[in-house]
Amino acid sequence: MSAFLDALFFQAGYNAALVAVGAALLGFAAGAGGSFLFLRNRALVSDAVAHATLPGVGLAFIVMVALGGDGRALIGLLAGSAISAWIGLLAVEWMVRRTRLSEDAAIGAVLSTFFGLGVVLLTVIQGMSRGRQAGLEDFLLGSTAGMLLQDALLIAGGGLLVVTAIWLLRRPMTLVAFDPAFAAARGVDVRRIDLAMMAVVLAVTVVGLKLVGLILIVALLIIPPVTARFWADRAERVVWIAGVIGGLSGWVGAALSATAPALPTGPIIVLVATGLFVVSLLFSPTRGVTAAMIARRAFQTRVHRRQGLLALARNEPIHDRLTLRILRAEGLLRGDGVATEDGQAACARIARDERRWSVARRLHKDTALTGRYDGLTPIDDVFTADEITWIDTHMLAGGSA
Amino acid sequence: MGAEFVQFSLTPILIGIFAAIACALPGNFLILRRQALIGDAISHVVLPGIVVAFLITGVVATWPMLMGAAAAALVAVFLIEVVRRMGKIEPGAAMGVVFTSLFAGGVLLLEQSDTSSVHLDVEHALMGNLEQLIWLRAEGWGSLLDPVALSYLPPELLRMAVAAALIGALTWLFWRPLKLSSFDEGFARALGLPVRTIGLGLVTAAAVAAVAAFDAVGSIIVIAMFICPPAAARLITNHLGRQVGWSLVFAVLSAILGYVFAGYGPLWLGASNSVSAAGMVAAVAGVILLLACLFGPARHRVGVAAGS
Amino acid sequence: MADLTLLQSAEPLDPASPLAVRGLTVSYGEKPALFSLDATFPVGAMSAIVGPNGAGKSTFLKAVLGLIPRVSGDVSAFGRDVDRVRDRIAYVPQRASVDWDFPTTALDVVLMGLYGQVGLWRRITGAHKTHARACLDRVGMADFADRQIGQLSGGQQQRVFLARALAQDADLFLLDEPFAGVDAATEAAIIEVLKSLKAEGRSVIAVHHDLSTVADYFDHVMLVNLRRIAEGPVQTTFTAETLAEAYGGRLGAVQIDALSLQGA
Repeated sequence: MSAFLDALFFQAGYNAALVAVGAALLGFAAGAGGSFLFLRNRALVSDAVAHATLPGVGLAFIVMVALGGDGRALIGLLAGSAISAWIGLLAVEWMVRRTRLSEDAAIGAVLSTFFGLGVVLLTVIQGMSRGRQAGLEDFLLGSTAGMLLQDALLIAGGGLLVVTAIWLLRRPMTLVAFDPAFAAARGVDVRRIDLAMMAVVLAVTVVGLKLVGLILIVALLIIPPVTARFWADRAERVVWIAGVIGGLSGWVGAALSATAPALPTGPIIVLVATGLFVVSLLFSPTRGVTAAMIARRAFQTRVHRRQGLLALARNEPIHDRLTLRILRAEGLLRGDGVATEDGQAACARIARDERRWSVARRLHKDTALTGRYDGLTPIDDVFTADEITWIDTHMLAGGSA
Repeated sequence: MGAEFVQFSLTPILIGIFAAIACALPGNFLILRRQALIGDAISHVVLPGIVVAFLITGVVATWPMLMGAAAAALVAVFLIEVVRRMGKIEPGAAMGVVFTSLFAGGVLLLEQSDTSSVHLDVEHALMGNLEQLIWLRAEGWGSLLDPVALSYLPPELLRMAVAAALIGALTWLFWRPLKLSSFDEGFARALGLPVRTIGLGLVTAAAVAAVAAFDAVGSIIVIAMFICPPAAARLITNHLGRQVGWSLVFAVLSAILGYVFAGYGPLWLGASNSVSAAGMVAAVAGVILLLACLFGPARHRVGVAAGS
Repeated sequence: MADLTLLQSAEPLDPASPLAVRGLTVSYGEKPALFSLDATFPVGAMSAIVGPNGAGKSTFLKAVLGLIPRVSGDVSAFGRDVDRVRDRIAYVPQRASVDWDFPTTALDVVLMGLYGQVGLWRRITGAHKTHARACLDRVGMADFADRQIGQLSGGQQQRVFLARALAQDADLFLLDEPFAGVDAATEAAIIEVLKSLKAEGRSVIAVHHDLSTVADYFDHVMLVNLRRIAEGPVQTTFTAETLAEAYGGRLGAVQIDALSLQGA
């Protein structure tokens, strides 16, 4: 436990502290950047981008060795991965634009083909004399073990850079994510902002390669935004909450993983995010499962109560078991199917409400108000007292005609 | 094409072909239903499935692992549905949440347990070991008639052949419900077809294909074969039956060419080591799709209903 | 149990009606789309379901067929549970509800209408194909049988949908906005076919959005806006008063007077 706290508060060594800072920054950038994709319903594009990095890593290694270098320089590998991921991204867009294939097919095609190419290149590298110790497999799942100081600095610096970019572009990006047509009308260059969003996603992927690996970086781009959606309805807030969730996952995950050798950084960070997601799914007050179940039950009760009372008001028999049970439980109906005093009063109220609504919908010109009629809303929720008096006058006039 | 071919290349190529067929068949319908990435999700959760199976049984044996992988695939499909419905999350994002979480769990379990001593690792699940599925007992084409030699065929061959045959039979049997519910779900349900069961059956068939194939050929081929051959076939024809036929042609072509290029390509180029066959099969499938995107007679989107 | 007496006292839905519902409530989440709706459609007639946008017209058809869950209510077709008479009901969904990019031909789509009779495994024979072509011919699409459906115009797609329903040889036809976004020629062709169905004693129920043609095309009308506003013969039901109640402020008084000639 104390080891965990040490790591959490950057007391576990310089490298570990840098990794924790880098993971937090990366998590924040991934959460916020991934939100833009998620809000445009394109979450899995990140999957194609991430898998498309692999051939770039392989090619970069081969090129660096061919140029007489070591081949393992992180900056070079990351540059290579960025180029091939960008090509993969363009391939997805090209297929969707130029052929009848839908985006999910294009994503799947690009990710499997590029990944296949990457694996081919990895086996080529293994056949090279220098390739045996290349350690490029680490890019699949990430590895912070034996990370050099300069690598840690690169990750922390890269994370900071992406967060800054998101901060600078936050307004146009949320605008485009929320409503592209409106953004275009406001003079925002939607295509350019789309590209900027993709660049952010790409940057997150590349920076995260070493830390969490190309398969799991997708998780950091998707899970925090989905989790944030449970806590906010407005686009800007989703972005920032997702950033915070991602940052928290990165920080806590990196600290946890520093406490024991068998706790790989990438999976731990992802599982912390998953934990936050599950809690949100179950317990979010507005969109959570628990809240939805309670609301559903209450709604059903309201429908059956109202239907039952309307039937009673019209002297029609009730034949629905649930309706009967609800009316009895609320003391509106006696065991033999006759309304109690309370029940009769409720019937009268509801019957009057229905008559008023019927008049209101006939006479009132404002469909925005009359359109709120849904069979359940009492009329006094929608109209003022004097309007209801006006409706009542018409009701009497209509009734006598 | 003598004894050496039969010994070292025949069985891997056949296994590759069967795997490609088993995946491409359900892939056709997944693509038409805009569920192409279910295949991606399933192949990612194979890893946690086999790790859990190993932890429970304590042995690295084929059947427990296949069962574990199949169970994981179904759990993933179930969880995706739960997240999508209960959280009202769009399907792509729901998939992303579920398969990455399960994959992370699998990697963590793998690291936590002492499986490093046994042959069980991420790379194997991704890339398979197609090159090693050789038939050493064969002495030439005549061995195909020799019961003793036949009994030394790699077990993966029979398993994959059975899986391909099973999925082929199921596709043929359920052709009409699959087609109708993929095209017009409302009408299918009005006819009284159990649309949801059909959808689940399709995903289960995909899971069976993925699980049977991953051990031999790895997840990469699985994902590539779910998507690339059917997508390319869709760009060739506007007729469902012909689309499925073309997808099988492309799948078989990718399996053969991929294996040949991986095994002999480097030699032609003067290198000495062969490269990953699984990766090469996926890459060839991608090239076929690229060609279909450029030249397929039905590649363009036309006459999409304007809606009302 | 006290429940039973009450259940027994409930009158059964009209067994002669091709479609009768009672207390039908459907909701999308918290928002009811139909509330406690009763309806009894006559046999051998053309009935329209009319109401403003979002009034629950399409929802009604879908709920009746069990395509979306009901919160409450009873539905009967020909006096029986819908599930037991599905082969007697043909459903024509909204054109926008399917993927027209699907790799299939017009003839193929019509053959799908035969799945109810042929079953899922028996062979489609030449006789079935002849029947399907005859159905295409009836809607004037015989020459387009082998076209991919995505290459057809909106009106032609609607005709193919109608041909598929014809192939089902049903007694009740449920059509969801059959005239939405189709050309005048197609509208005339469709109405011709529907009238011939009526002449054969079959029942047609269509969601309809064009108020100006209700009186020309239909015998029976149900006005809906969340609940049933009115239902009955067009002559007596399609009046200025019921229209005003269904559409509220959405239609001006002049429009309503112009539309409801018979009722006034």
